[in-house]
Amino acid sequence: MAIISRGFSGRRAAVDAKLPPGQYITTDFPVLSAGPTPNVPLDQWEFVIDDGVNVLKRWNWKSFRDLPAERFTTDIHCVTRWSKLGTSWEGVSLDTILADIESDARYSMVHSYGGYTTNVPLEDLKNHQAWVAFRFEGQDLALEHGGPARLLVPHLYFWKSAKWTQGMTLMRQDKPGFWEANGYHIYGDPWREQRYSGE
Amino acid sequence: MWRVGTVLALHEETTSARTVTLEVLDWPGHVAGQHVDLRLTAPDGYSAARSYSIASAPNPEKRLEITVERLPNGEVSPYLTQQLIVGDQLELRGPIGGWFVWRPEQAEPIQLIAGGSGIVPLMAMIRSRASSPSAAPFRLLYSVRESASVFYRDELRALADRGIVDITYAYTRVVPLAWPVPPARINADLVANTTWPSTLSPTCYICGPASFVENASGLLIGSGYSAQRIRTERFGATGDQR
Repeated sequence: MAIISRGFSGRRAAVDAKLPPGQYITTDFPVLSAGPTPNVPLDQWEFVIDDGVNVLKRWNWKSFRDLPAERFTTDIHCVTRWSKLGTSWEGVSLDTILADIESDARYSMVHSYGGYTTNVPLEDLKNHQAWVAFRFEGQDLALEHGGPARLLVPHLYFWKSAKWTQGMTLMRQDKPGFWEANGYHIYGDPWREQRYSGE
Repeated sequence: MWRVGTVLALHEETTSARTVTLEVLDWPGHVAGQHVDLRLTAPDGYSAARSYSIASAPNPEKRLEITVERLPNGEVSPYLTQQLIVGDQLELRGPIGGWFVWRPEQAEPIQLIAGGSGIVPLMAMIRSRASSPSAAPFRLLYSVRESASVFYRDELRALADRGIVDITYAYTRVVPLAWPVPPARINADLVANTTWPSTLSPTCYICGPASFVENASGLLIGSGYSAQRIRTERFGATGDQR
Protein backbone atom coordinates (compact mmCIF):
# COMPACT_ATOMS: atom_id res chain seq x y z
CA MET A 1 0.00 0.00 0.00
CA ALA A 2 1.49 3.29 -1.06
CA ILE A 3 1.90 6.18 1.34
CA ILE A 4 -0.67 8.84 0.44
CA SER A 5 0.80 12.32 0.00
CA ARG A 6 -1.57 14.66 1.79
CA GLY A 7 -2.83 17.33 -0.59
CA PHE A 8 -1.09 15.97 -3.69
CA SER A 9 -3.21 15.70 -6.83
CA GLY A 10 -0.63 15.80 -9.64
CA ARG A 11 -1.05 16.76 -13.28
CA ARG A 12 -3.37 14.22 -14.86
CA ALA A 13 -2.88 15.45 -18.42
CA ALA A 14 -0.06 12.94 -18.64
CA VAL A 15 -2.36 9.90 -18.51
CA ASP A 16 -1.86 8.20 -21.85
CA ALA A 17 -1.99 4.61 -23.06
CA LYS A 18 1.34 5.24 -24.82
CA LEU A 19 3.07 6.05 -21.56
CA PRO A 20 4.90 3.23 -19.73
CA PRO A 21 4.48 3.04 -15.94
CA GLY A 22 6.22 5.73 -13.91
CA GLN A 23 6.91 7.98 -16.92
CA TYR A 24 5.76 11.54 -17.66
CA ILE A 25 5.50 13.33 -20.98
CA THR A 26 7.96 16.06 -21.89
CA THR A 27 8.00 18.24 -24.98
CA ASP A 28 11.69 19.05 -24.44
CA PHE A 29 14.48 16.80 -25.55
CA PRO A 30 16.62 16.48 -22.42
CA VAL A 31 20.28 15.50 -22.76
CA LEU A 32 21.86 12.88 -20.51
CA SER A 33 25.47 11.86 -21.01
CA ALA A 34 28.07 10.44 -18.69
CA GLY A 35 30.87 12.62 -20.07
CA PRO A 36 31.77 15.32 -22.58
CA THR A 37 30.25 15.34 -26.05
CA PRO A 38 32.62 13.84 -28.62
CA ASN A 39 32.95 15.55 -31.98
CA VAL A 40 33.75 13.15 -34.80
CA PRO A 41 34.43 14.70 -38.22
CA LEU A 42 32.46 12.94 -40.96
CA ASP A 43 35.63 12.15 -42.92
CA GLN A 44 36.91 10.16 -39.92
CA TRP A 45 33.59 8.59 -38.91
CA GLU A 46 33.15 4.88 -39.36
CA PHE A 47 30.78 2.17 -38.22
CA VAL A 48 32.32 -1.23 -37.62
CA ILE A 49 30.77 -4.58 -36.77
CA ASP A 50 33.09 -7.20 -35.31
CA ASP A 51 32.81 -10.46 -33.42
CA GLY A 52 35.48 -9.65 -30.87
CA VAL A 53 38.20 -11.14 -33.10
CA ASN A 54 37.55 -10.13 -36.67
CA VAL A 55 35.99 -7.17 -38.37
CA LEU A 56 32.86 -8.43 -40.11
CA LYS A 57 31.76 -5.22 -41.80
CA ARG A 58 32.93 -1.64 -42.01
CA TRP A 59 31.33 1.51 -43.39
CA ASN A 60 32.62 5.04 -43.74
CA TRP A 61 30.17 7.94 -43.73
CA LYS A 62 29.68 7.82 -47.51
CA SER A 63 29.11 4.08 -47.77
CA PHE A 64 26.86 4.20 -44.71
CA ARG A 65 24.76 7.00 -46.19
CA ASP A 66 24.52 5.04 -49.44
CA LEU A 67 22.56 2.38 -47.57
CA PRO A 68 18.78 2.62 -47.96
CA ALA A 69 17.38 4.82 -45.18
CA GLU A 70 13.92 4.95 -43.64
CA ARG A 71 11.82 7.68 -42.06
CA PHE A 72 9.93 6.63 -39.00
CA THR A 73 8.06 8.03 -36.02
CA THR A 74 8.40 6.56 -32.55
CA ASP A 75 8.04 7.23 -28.83
CA ILE A 76 11.14 7.34 -26.62
CA HIS A 77 11.33 6.61 -22.90
CA CYS A 78 14.23 7.69 -20.66
CA VAL A 79 14.92 5.87 -17.41
CA THR A 80 15.01 9.28 -15.69
CA ARG A 81 11.22 9.15 -16.27
CA TRP A 82 10.59 11.47 -19.18
CA SER A 83 8.97 10.16 -22.34
CA LYS A 84 8.71 11.98 -25.63
CA LEU A 85 5.93 10.85 -27.94
CA GLY A 86 5.80 10.94 -31.73
CA THR A 87 9.42 11.81 -32.46
CA SER A 88 10.42 11.56 -36.14
CA TRP A 89 13.73 10.22 -37.32
CA GLU A 90 15.63 9.12 -40.40
CA GLY A 91 18.13 6.30 -40.27
CA VAL A 92 19.30 2.95 -41.56
CA SER A 93 17.50 -0.09 -40.21
CA LEU A 94 19.65 -2.59 -38.32
CA ASP A 95 17.97 -5.20 -40.55
CA THR A 96 19.86 -3.61 -43.44
CA ILE A 97 23.09 -3.25 -41.47
CA LEU A 98 23.06 -6.84 -40.24
CA ALA A 99 21.69 -8.37 -43.47
CA ASP A 100 24.90 -9.93 -44.82
CA ILE A 101 26.42 -10.90 -41.51
CA GLU A 102 26.56 -14.53 -40.57
CA SER A 103 27.08 -15.22 -36.91
CA ASP A 104 25.67 -17.43 -34.19
CA ALA A 105 25.97 -14.57 -31.68
CA ARG A 106 22.83 -13.66 -29.75
CA TYR A 107 23.98 -10.44 -28.13
CA SER A 108 25.73 -7.23 -29.08
CA MET A 109 27.86 -4.66 -27.29
CA VAL A 110 27.29 -1.31 -28.95
CA HIS A 111 30.28 1.07 -28.85
CA SER A 112 30.33 4.83 -29.07
CA TYR A 113 32.90 7.52 -29.74
CA GLY A 114 33.84 8.74 -26.28
CA GLY A 115 33.95 5.21 -24.86
CA TYR A 116 30.29 4.56 -24.00
CA THR A 117 28.99 1.00 -24.36
CA THR A 118 25.61 -0.68 -24.00
CA ASN A 119 24.53 -4.29 -24.47
CA VAL A 120 21.48 -5.21 -26.55
CA PRO A 121 20.26 -8.70 -27.54
CA LEU A 122 20.47 -9.11 -31.32
CA GLU A 123 16.81 -10.09 -31.56
CA ASP A 124 15.96 -6.63 -30.22
CA LEU A 125 17.90 -5.06 -33.08
CA LYS A 126 16.12 -6.99 -35.84
CA ASN A 127 12.61 -6.97 -37.34
CA HIS A 128 12.15 -3.22 -37.72
CA GLN A 129 12.94 -2.46 -34.09
CA ALA A 130 16.24 -0.57 -34.35
CA TRP A 131 18.06 1.94 -36.52
CA VAL A 132 21.28 3.90 -36.78
CA ALA A 133 19.67 7.33 -37.01
CA PHE A 134 21.24 10.48 -38.44
CA ARG A 135 18.31 12.90 -38.74
CA PHE A 136 15.85 14.07 -36.06
CA GLU A 137 12.72 16.10 -36.81
CA GLY A 138 14.00 16.79 -40.32
CA GLN A 139 17.42 18.13 -39.24
CA ASP A 140 20.84 16.53 -39.09
CA LEU A 141 21.17 14.97 -35.65
CA ALA A 142 22.73 17.52 -33.27
CA LEU A 143 26.02 16.58 -31.61
CA GLU A 144 24.54 16.77 -28.12
CA HIS A 145 21.85 14.29 -29.15
CA GLY A 146 24.37 11.83 -30.58
CA GLY A 147 25.27 13.16 -34.01
CA PRO A 148 26.44 12.38 -36.53
CA ALA A 149 24.65 9.06 -35.90
CA ARG A 150 23.17 7.23 -32.94
CA LEU A 151 21.57 3.90 -32.30
CA LEU A 152 17.81 4.01 -31.80
CA VAL A 153 16.15 1.07 -30.03
CA PRO A 154 12.97 2.82 -28.91
CA HIS A 155 11.26 -0.18 -27.30
CA LEU A 156 13.96 -0.21 -24.61
CA TYR A 157 14.88 2.60 -22.18
CA PHE A 158 16.71 5.31 -24.06
CA TRP A 159 20.16 4.67 -22.55
CA LYS A 160 20.24 1.64 -24.87
CA SER A 161 20.01 4.03 -27.84
CA ALA A 162 23.71 4.82 -27.76
CA LYS A 163 24.71 8.29 -28.94
CA TRP A 164 27.77 8.79 -31.23
CA THR A 165 27.65 5.16 -32.21
CA GLN A 166 30.79 3.71 -33.68
CA GLY A 167 29.84 0.07 -34.13
CA MET A 168 29.10 -3.12 -32.30
CA THR A 169 30.74 -6.31 -31.17
CA LEU A 170 28.63 -9.45 -31.60
CA MET A 171 28.76 -11.73 -28.55
CA ARG A 172 27.61 -15.25 -27.77
CA GLN A 173 27.07 -14.37 -24.13
CA ASP A 174 25.47 -11.28 -22.72
CA LYS A 175 27.53 -8.91 -20.61
CA PRO A 176 26.80 -5.50 -19.11
CA GLY A 177 27.68 -2.26 -20.86
CA PHE A 178 28.42 1.07 -19.16
CA TRP A 179 25.17 1.89 -17.35
CA GLU A 180 24.32 -1.78 -16.96
CA ALA A 181 27.51 -2.13 -14.88
CA ASN A 182 26.64 1.05 -12.95
CA GLY A 183 23.32 0.16 -11.40
CA TYR A 184 20.93 -0.05 -14.35
CA HIS A 185 18.97 -3.02 -15.65
CA ILE A 186 20.65 -5.49 -18.00
CA TYR A 187 17.70 -5.41 -20.47
CA GLY A 188 15.67 -2.24 -19.76
CA ASP A 189 12.07 -2.78 -20.88
CA PRO A 190 10.11 0.39 -19.98
CA TRP A 191 6.75 -1.44 -20.04
CA ARG A 192 8.00 -3.80 -17.34
CA GLU A 193 9.72 -0.87 -15.60
CA GLN A 194 13.12 -2.54 -15.66
CA ARG A 195 15.02 0.54 -14.52
CA TYR A 196 17.65 -0.67 -12.08
CA SER A 197 19.74 -3.77 -11.69
CA GLY A 198 18.12 -6.48 -9.63
CA GLU A 199 14.59 -5.69 -10.87
CA MET B 1 11.66 -1.55 -3.68
CA TRP B 2 10.10 1.61 -2.28
CA ARG B 3 11.26 2.68 1.15
CA VAL B 4 9.48 5.08 3.49
CA GLY B 5 11.16 8.28 4.61
CA THR B 6 9.87 10.58 7.35
CA VAL B 7 10.50 14.31 7.05
CA LEU B 8 12.66 15.40 9.99
CA ALA B 9 13.43 18.96 8.93
CA LEU B 10 12.90 21.50 6.17
CA HIS B 11 15.26 24.35 5.34
CA GLU B 12 14.81 27.05 2.71
CA GLU B 13 18.10 27.36 0.79
CA THR B 14 16.87 30.17 -1.47
CA THR B 15 13.47 31.61 -2.35
CA SER B 16 12.93 28.70 -4.75
CA ALA B 17 14.85 25.79 -3.26
CA ARG B 18 14.36 23.80 -0.12
CA THR B 19 16.38 21.11 1.63
CA VAL B 20 14.36 18.16 2.92
CA THR B 21 15.92 16.00 5.63
CA LEU B 22 14.49 12.49 5.73
CA GLU B 23 14.93 9.63 8.13
CA VAL B 24 14.85 6.30 6.30
CA LEU B 25 15.04 3.49 8.81
CA ASP B 26 16.01 0.80 6.29
CA TRP B 27 18.43 3.00 4.33
CA PRO B 28 21.31 0.77 3.13
CA GLY B 29 23.82 3.63 2.83
CA HIS B 30 24.97 5.53 -0.24
CA VAL B 31 27.99 7.00 -1.99
CA ALA B 32 28.34 10.75 -2.58
CA GLY B 33 26.88 11.69 -5.97
CA GLN B 34 24.10 9.10 -6.07
CA HIS B 35 20.42 9.96 -6.38
CA VAL B 36 17.04 8.69 -5.26
CA ASP B 37 13.68 8.38 -6.96
CA LEU B 38 10.97 10.03 -4.92
CA ARG B 39 7.28 9.16 -5.35
CA LEU B 40 4.13 11.07 -4.44
CA THR B 41 0.75 9.34 -4.46
CA ALA B 42 -2.65 11.08 -4.54
CA PRO B 43 -5.61 9.74 -2.51
CA ASP B 44 -7.04 8.07 -5.63
CA GLY B 45 -3.84 6.15 -6.34
CA TYR B 46 -2.38 8.41 -9.05
CA SER B 47 1.35 8.72 -8.49
CA ALA B 48 4.30 10.67 -9.89
CA ALA B 49 8.00 10.03 -9.31
CA ARG B 50 11.13 12.09 -10.03
CA SER B 51 14.86 11.70 -9.43
CA TYR B 52 16.71 13.91 -6.93
CA SER B 53 20.39 14.01 -6.12
CA ILE B 54 21.35 13.25 -2.53
CA ALA B 55 22.97 16.26 -0.83
CA SER B 56 24.12 14.57 2.38
CA ALA B 57 27.29 12.61 2.96
CA PRO B 58 27.07 8.93 3.82
CA ASN B 59 26.29 8.75 7.55
CA PRO B 60 25.38 6.14 10.14
CA GLU B 61 22.17 7.93 11.20
CA LYS B 62 19.96 6.71 8.34
CA ARG B 63 19.45 10.34 7.37
CA LEU B 64 19.20 11.65 3.90
CA GLU B 65 19.05 15.21 2.61
CA ILE B 66 17.86 16.29 -0.79
CA THR B 67 17.66 19.86 -2.06
CA VAL B 68 14.80 20.53 -4.45
CA GLU B 69 14.59 23.50 -6.80
CA ARG B 70 11.01 24.47 -7.53
CA LEU B 71 10.29 24.39 -11.27
CA PRO B 72 7.42 26.65 -12.39
CA ASN B 73 5.57 23.93 -14.29
CA GLY B 74 6.78 21.07 -12.15
CA GLU B 75 4.51 18.30 -10.96
CA VAL B 76 6.50 17.10 -7.94
CA SER B 77 8.89 19.95 -7.02
CA PRO B 78 6.14 22.49 -6.09
CA TYR B 79 4.70 19.94 -3.65
CA LEU B 80 8.07 19.23 -2.08
CA THR B 81 9.01 22.89 -1.77
CA GLN B 82 5.63 24.32 -0.72
CA GLN B 83 3.30 21.71 0.75
CA LEU B 84 5.49 19.17 2.49
CA ILE B 85 5.66 19.55 6.30
CA VAL B 86 7.77 17.98 9.03
CA GLY B 87 6.41 14.58 9.98
CA ASP B 88 5.10 13.76 6.48
CA GLN B 89 6.11 10.45 4.95
CA LEU B 90 7.43 10.03 1.41
CA GLU B 91 8.29 6.99 -0.67
CA LEU B 92 11.73 6.70 -2.18
CA ARG B 93 13.95 4.15 -3.81
CA GLY B 94 17.66 4.05 -4.11
CA PRO B 95 20.45 4.83 -3.84
CA ILE B 96 20.85 4.84 -7.64
CA GLY B 97 23.86 5.30 -9.88
CA GLY B 98 27.46 4.11 -9.84
CA TRP B 99 29.26 6.55 -12.16
CA PHE B 100 28.79 10.13 -11.02
CA VAL B 101 30.14 9.27 -7.56
CA TRP B 102 33.14 10.19 -5.41
CA ARG B 103 34.57 7.66 -2.97
CA PRO B 104 36.94 8.58 -0.10
CA GLU B 105 39.49 6.05 -1.48
CA GLN B 106 40.09 8.38 -4.44
CA ALA B 107 43.31 10.24 -3.65
CA GLU B 108 43.63 12.36 -6.79
CA PRO B 109 42.74 16.08 -6.92
CA ILE B 110 39.03 16.67 -7.46
CA GLN B 111 37.63 19.50 -9.56
CA LEU B 112 33.94 20.17 -9.07
CA ILE B 113 31.99 22.47 -11.39
CA ALA B 114 28.39 23.33 -10.52
CA GLY B 115 25.79 25.26 -12.48
CA GLY B 116 22.94 26.42 -10.22
CA SER B 117 21.26 23.52 -8.43
CA GLY B 118 23.89 21.24 -9.95
CA ILE B 119 25.72 21.91 -6.69
CA VAL B 120 23.62 19.27 -4.89
CA PRO B 121 25.48 16.02 -5.72
CA LEU B 122 28.79 17.92 -5.57
CA MET B 123 27.91 19.09 -2.04
CA ALA B 124 27.48 15.44 -1.07
CA MET B 125 31.04 14.86 -2.34
CA ILE B 126 32.44 17.83 -0.39
CA ARG B 127 30.62 16.70 2.75
CA SER B 128 31.85 13.15 2.24
CA ARG B 129 35.40 14.46 1.90
CA ALA B 130 34.97 16.50 5.11
CA SER B 131 33.59 13.59 7.15
CA SER B 132 36.12 11.00 5.98
CA PRO B 133 39.86 10.65 6.61
CA SER B 134 40.46 11.59 2.94
CA ALA B 135 43.00 14.29 2.21
CA ALA B 136 42.06 14.58 -1.48
CA PRO B 137 42.42 18.22 -2.57
CA PHE B 138 39.05 19.64 -3.70
CA ARG B 139 38.27 22.68 -5.79
CA LEU B 140 34.80 23.94 -6.60
CA LEU B 141 33.83 26.34 -9.36
CA TYR B 142 30.23 27.32 -8.63
CA SER B 143 28.27 29.28 -11.21
CA VAL B 144 25.16 31.06 -9.93
CA ARG B 145 22.86 33.79 -11.20
CA GLU B 146 23.50 35.99 -8.16
CA SER B 147 24.67 35.58 -4.59
CA ALA B 148 21.06 35.00 -3.40
CA SER B 149 20.99 31.83 -5.54
CA VAL B 150 23.83 30.14 -3.64
CA PHE B 151 22.89 26.93 -1.81
CA TYR B 152 24.64 25.95 1.45
CA ARG B 153 26.39 29.34 1.62
CA ASP B 154 27.44 29.36 5.29
CA GLU B 155 28.45 25.71 5.33
CA LEU B 156 30.54 26.15 2.17
CA ARG B 157 32.33 29.11 3.72
CA ALA B 158 33.05 27.07 6.84
CA LEU B 159 34.33 24.14 4.80
CA ALA B 160 36.57 26.49 2.81
CA ASP B 161 37.88 27.98 6.08
CA ARG B 162 38.72 24.47 7.27
CA GLY B 163 40.71 23.88 4.09
CA ILE B 164 38.40 21.14 2.83
CA VAL B 165 37.66 22.87 -0.48
CA ASP B 166 38.77 25.93 -2.45
CA ILE B 167 35.75 27.75 -3.85
CA THR B 168 35.44 30.12 -6.79
CA TYR B 169 32.08 31.72 -7.47
CA ALA B 170 31.06 32.86 -10.93
CA TYR B 171 28.02 35.15 -11.23
CA THR B 172 26.03 35.09 -14.44
CA ARG B 173 23.43 37.81 -13.78
CA VAL B 174 24.29 40.05 -10.82
CA VAL B 175 27.71 40.35 -9.17
CA PRO B 176 28.27 41.37 -5.53
CA LEU B 177 29.47 44.90 -4.75
CA ALA B 178 33.15 45.43 -5.58
CA TRP B 179 33.34 42.15 -7.53
CA PRO B 180 36.24 42.53 -9.96
CA VAL B 181 34.45 41.35 -13.13
CA PRO B 182 31.01 41.87 -14.70
CA PRO B 183 28.48 39.02 -14.72
CA ALA B 184 29.33 36.38 -17.32
CA ARG B 185 29.10 32.72 -18.14
CA ILE B 186 32.19 30.78 -17.16
CA ASN B 187 34.86 31.17 -19.82
CA ALA B 188 38.27 29.86 -20.80
CA ASP B 189 40.20 32.37 -18.66
CA LEU B 190 38.21 31.56 -15.54
CA VAL B 191 38.67 27.83 -16.08
CA ALA B 192 42.39 28.24 -16.72
CA ASN B 193 42.88 30.42 -13.63
CA THR B 194 40.75 28.62 -11.07
CA THR B 195 40.66 24.88 -11.86
CA TRP B 196 43.35 22.27 -11.22
CA PRO B 197 45.87 22.09 -14.05
CA SER B 198 45.36 18.98 -16.15
CA THR B 199 48.96 17.95 -15.41
CA LEU B 200 47.86 16.95 -11.88
CA SER B 201 45.48 14.37 -13.42
CA PRO B 202 42.42 15.55 -11.52
CA THR B 203 39.03 13.93 -11.84
CA CYS B 204 36.34 16.45 -12.71
CA TYR B 205 32.64 16.28 -11.90
CA ILE B 206 30.35 18.73 -13.69
CA CYS B 207 26.66 19.04 -12.87
CA GLY B 208 24.10 21.55 -14.08
CA PRO B 209 21.79 22.39 -16.96
CA ALA B 210 22.70 20.66 -20.22
CA SER B 211 24.02 23.81 -21.90
CA PHE B 212 26.14 24.68 -18.86
CA VAL B 213 27.68 21.21 -18.73
CA GLU B 214 28.32 21.28 -22.47
CA ASN B 215 30.12 24.63 -22.18
CA ALA B 216 32.10 23.72 -19.06
CA SER B 217 33.27 20.34 -20.35
CA GLY B 218 34.33 21.94 -23.64
CA LEU B 219 36.37 24.55 -21.76
CA LEU B 220 38.08 21.88 -19.67
CA ILE B 221 39.00 19.86 -22.75
CA GLY B 222 40.27 23.08 -24.31
CA SER B 223 42.51 23.58 -21.27
CA GLY B 224 44.02 20.12 -21.66
CA TYR B 225 41.75 17.82 -19.65
CA SER B 226 41.25 14.33 -20.99
CA ALA B 227 37.61 13.51 -21.74
CA GLN B 228 38.10 10.31 -19.74
CA ARG B 229 38.66 12.34 -16.55
CA ILE B 230 35.41 14.31 -16.87
CA ARG B 231 32.18 12.95 -15.44
CA THR B 232 28.97 14.81 -16.16
CA GLU B 233 25.41 14.93 -14.99
CA ARG B 234 22.99 17.06 -16.97
CA PHE B 235 19.51 18.39 -16.31
CA GLY B 236 16.85 18.64 -18.98
CA ALA B 237 17.06 20.97 -21.95
CA THR B 238 14.90 23.79 -20.58
CA GLY B 239 13.87 22.40 -17.22
CA ASP B 240 12.72 18.86 -16.90
CA GLN B 241 9.43 19.37 -15.07
CA ARG B 242 10.43 17.84 -11.81
